[in-house]
Amino acid sequence: MSRLMLLACQLMVAVVVIGLWQLLASVPVFGRVLLPPFFFSNPVDVGSQIVDWFVSGIIWKHLAITLWESILAFAIGSLGGVAVGFWFARQPRVAAIFDPYVKMANALPRVVLAPIFTLWLGLGIWSKVALGVTLVFFIVFFNVYQGVKEVSRTVLDNGRMLGMNEGQLMRHVYWPSALSWMFSSLHTSVGFAVVGAVVGEYLGSAAGLGYLIQQAEGTFDVAGVFAGMFVLSAFVILIDIGVTMVEKRLLVWRPAVEGRG
Amino acid sequence: MVDTVMPTAVALDDATVAFRLAGDRVYIAVEKANLSVAHGEFVAIVGPTGCGKSTLLNIAAGLLKPASGAVRIFDTPLVGLNPQAGYLFQADALFPWKTVIDNVAIGLEITGTARSEALARSQKWLEMVGLGGFAGRYPHMLSGGQRKRVGLAQVLIRDPKILLMDEPFGPLDAQTRQIMGNLLLELWNADRKAVLFVTHDLEEAIALADRVVIMSAGPGARIIGDWRVQLPRPRDIMEVRLDKEFHSLHREIWSVLKDEVLKGYAQSATG
Repeated sequence: MSRLMLLACQLMVAVVVIGLWQLLASVPVFGRVLLPPFFFSNPVDVGSQIVDWFVSGIIWKHLAITLWESILAFAIGSLGGVAVGFWFARQPRVAAIFDPYVKMANALPRVVLAPIFTLWLGLGIWSKVALGVTLVFFIVFFNVYQGVKEVSRTVLDNGRMLGMNEGQLMRHVYWPSALSWMFSSLHTSVGFAVVGAVVGEYLGSAAGLGYLIQQAEGTFDVAGVFAGMFVLSAFVILIDIGVTMVEKRLLVWRPAVEGRG
Repeated sequence: MVDTVMPTAVALDDATVAFRLAGDRVYIAVEKANLSVAHGEFVAIVGPTGCGKSTLLNIAAGLLKPASGAVRIFDTPLVGLNPQAGYLFQADALFPWKTVIDNVAIGLEITGTARSEALARSQKWLEMVGLGGFAGRYPHMLSGGQRKRVGLAQVLIRDPKILLMDEPFGPLDAQTRQIMGNLLLELWNADRKAVLFVTHDLEEAIALADRVVIMSAGPGARIIGDWRVQLPRPRDIMEVRLDKEFHSLHREIWSVLKDEVLKGYAQSATG
């Protein structure tokens, strides 16, 4: 299939779905509206709500807050994950001691932490950042840990035979290997940073996309909920495109067949 | 067998290598190996698969410690890694995240050579192994043979006195192997290092080496034969195989090697 053809088909799906939605929400079938607007709204209302947000400019503030929370959560979670991942991988004893606790912490559904974070850190951005960090940290941590542990034996021996000391092995072998694992999980960890931010906002905040959706839901404004969801999807897709671009630059040395991690 | 004039580059005295298996069992890989390689001498080690040929190299490199016996490098007992040795591994050992030229330059850079000088010298080495135009590529963009060339440059740029090679051309196709063999001989002729070359291919061993050493099948592999190859140098790998002496030597060594190869197969079939 050519690119153009593919694009046309993809557009068709959207048109059909939105068209059906509009139709079933406005035209009665056998005397009944199958999608009552109170529960399902309709595309026109959702669209005008989105346009409204952008025209009035309210949305920018919420987008900026969610973006900022996601960035902070990603940065802090990644730094922590890299540091601890490295430490555990190089110190198997430490890893063995903490192993059950790491598993326990990772098994915990992070949503239950949100109230605690709100209690500790207030309704501002930091409680959301903290929630995002708990998600990002474990993904990065496990990947870096794996990356350092699974450095090819031969490559490591080669480094040693070429005369590298421990510090040089760290810099030229362990570090790039761990980073490549981290980057291969970039899509997942960035995605989770956004999830943490939005879920945190949803559970209690004064601004952000999650807050917007939660507010609309509170007033049974279904159009607002759907509008919030569409803006959020577009936001995540834009971030994902950005990540793909960064990834392409950073992982040039990798064969392209592997695809995303 | 040791030349009297040349100093001994690598000497193994009764070296035994043992690995601890699960439980308290011990696997003796190599038993009481005695081997000496003179400075500038090209020695090939041939043996059935799984006989511990690579283990011998790892002892000489200092990556493994013999359970008993000694390793001497230029008449000094080896402690830790062998800094005089360059090691060309059987598997891919290039740093995949470094470009070809950075892979070659790294050996110089870590010893404090300025980057610009390291790069200039690396470029020269790349040209010597026939990859002058590939400096900016990454290893995964190269063919298996090209990666081996980079590996050669990476090892040789450090100018090691001893070159350890573990079936370096094993994974390559027959033609590429011959080309690589000739390249190796050409580089070695220009600057004769002590070479310990492990292979399972007897023809390759005779064509390349000054001496061919045969190991028995493991466990507890021993060195069971040592032949001097008198074929004149410089050699061409493809032509030397047509030589009469090559054939008689091959027949002589094969008669010994064959039994061991069969033993090796029998063992790998049962265990």
